[in-house]
Amino acid sequence: MDPFVSGRFAPPPLYGLVLAGGRSMRMRRDKAALAYQGRTQLERAMALLTPHVARAFVSVRADQGGDPVRARFAQITDAHENIGPLAGLLAAQAQHPEAAWLVLACDLPLLDEATLAHLLRARAPARTATAYRSSHDGLPEPLCAIYEPRSREPLAAHVAAGKQCPRKFLLGTDTLLLDEPNPRALDNINTPEEYGSAMAMLTAQNSATTRHITVQYYALLREQAGRREEALLTAARTPRELYTELSSRYPFSLAPEVLRVAINAEFGEWSTPLAEGDAVVFIPPVAGG
Amino acid sequence: MFRFTRTSIEPQALRAQLADPACGGYAAFEGWVRNSHEGMRVRHLEYEAFEALAVREGERILAEAIARFGVAHAACLHRVGDLAIGELAVWVGVSAPHRHEAFLACRYIIDEVKQRVPIWKKEHYVSGDSGWVNCERCAAPPAHAHGAHLHE
Repeated sequence: MDPFVSGRFAPPPLYGLVLAGGRSMRMRRDKAALAYQGRTQLERAMALLTPHVARAFVSVRADQGGDPVRARFAQITDAHENIGPLAGLLAAQAQHPEAAWLVLACDLPLLDEATLAHLLRARAPARTATAYRSSHDGLPEPLCAIYEPRSREPLAAHVAAGKQCPRKFLLGTDTLLLDEPNPRALDNINTPEEYGSAMAMLTAQNSATTRHITVQYYALLREQAGRREEALLTAARTPRELYTELSSRYPFSLAPEVLRVAINAEFGEWSTPLAEGDAVVFIPPVAGG
Repeated sequence: MFRFTRTSIEPQALRAQLADPACGGYAAFEGWVRNSHEGMRVRHLEYEAFEALAVREGERILAEAIARFGVAHAACLHRVGDLAIGELAVWVGVSAPHRHEAFLACRYIIDEVKQRVPIWKKEHYVSGDSGWVNCERCAAPPAHAHGAHLHE
């Protein structure tokens, strides 16, 4: 029986590593610093990764340590040169051999939470690794994958034998391969043209995930917001998320528990999904009569 | 009929709207602006309403009163804006074949309006402070002075 499934052993702790040590030759500019919707590629990858792991690191080459895009994150510096993306994982495993590593390339602008969550749910700690099968060629995707501690020695041997290809490494192991929930999620970008097409796709996705909402404020909330009404473009999916968002902007003193919600001039629920064009009112405790 | 007004409420005119030869009883409630609240001396009041929803909810309350107590007609008019001490803030009127249902329906309507209809009342005190009624305990005290009195 699988010792992890049987519960006799806790799975190894999961650490995260974003690979940002590439040379971005074809892009002709640093891929980690490419911006999408106001965040660099590296920030975006770290933000996706961090909630799922005990510790999160960015993998850098020795000459990148002081780079401001990378300097704000905990770093692990490559010990090998010119062996490609495996250098980052080898350095991470050398530093924390007890950990499993969730490895992400930093040039996956379409990587989404659903893809990451599916990988984590499906993780098989008794295998060498858990990875996706590419929707393009059916081969393992090594740069959005979980490498268990047991992968450390065979990986070092693979590199020592002069092999650098992480896909070939995974093919030679018992890696669990999963189908991608979103077939474009792992499209990596290497050229300015691919960057442009990823930006266009994200903009289209963004318009599907944000909505125009009108908020009217009454009484105490009107005073605290300093306005009667405003039109917002928001990613909030429910009135609850919207109130949380607005509370970060205004000094609202009323907890959601004492408020009611109206959507389009009718009482609604905090969890009602918001639709494009909805008008929302948060109703403070009433005092008519 | 549930409505708001920005000018003073005239009960005589409203009462005439409820007249019905089949009705032998009429009950009304008038809510007046009082000069004190929880020990604070009140100078004047300010009412504000989310009128689109308030009218819908108010109409539902009137329909409930008619259905529940079998009264013939029910109406409510609520004032918004600034009100002085002694002014009428709200008027409820009910006409019915008999007095018993009229009293019950009138009481039901004012109680429900106070609980359910999105209307807010801000009290301006003689001390210079002010506060939104029922929101006070949740609100931070005013920074300038005398805030503690408001939140006890």
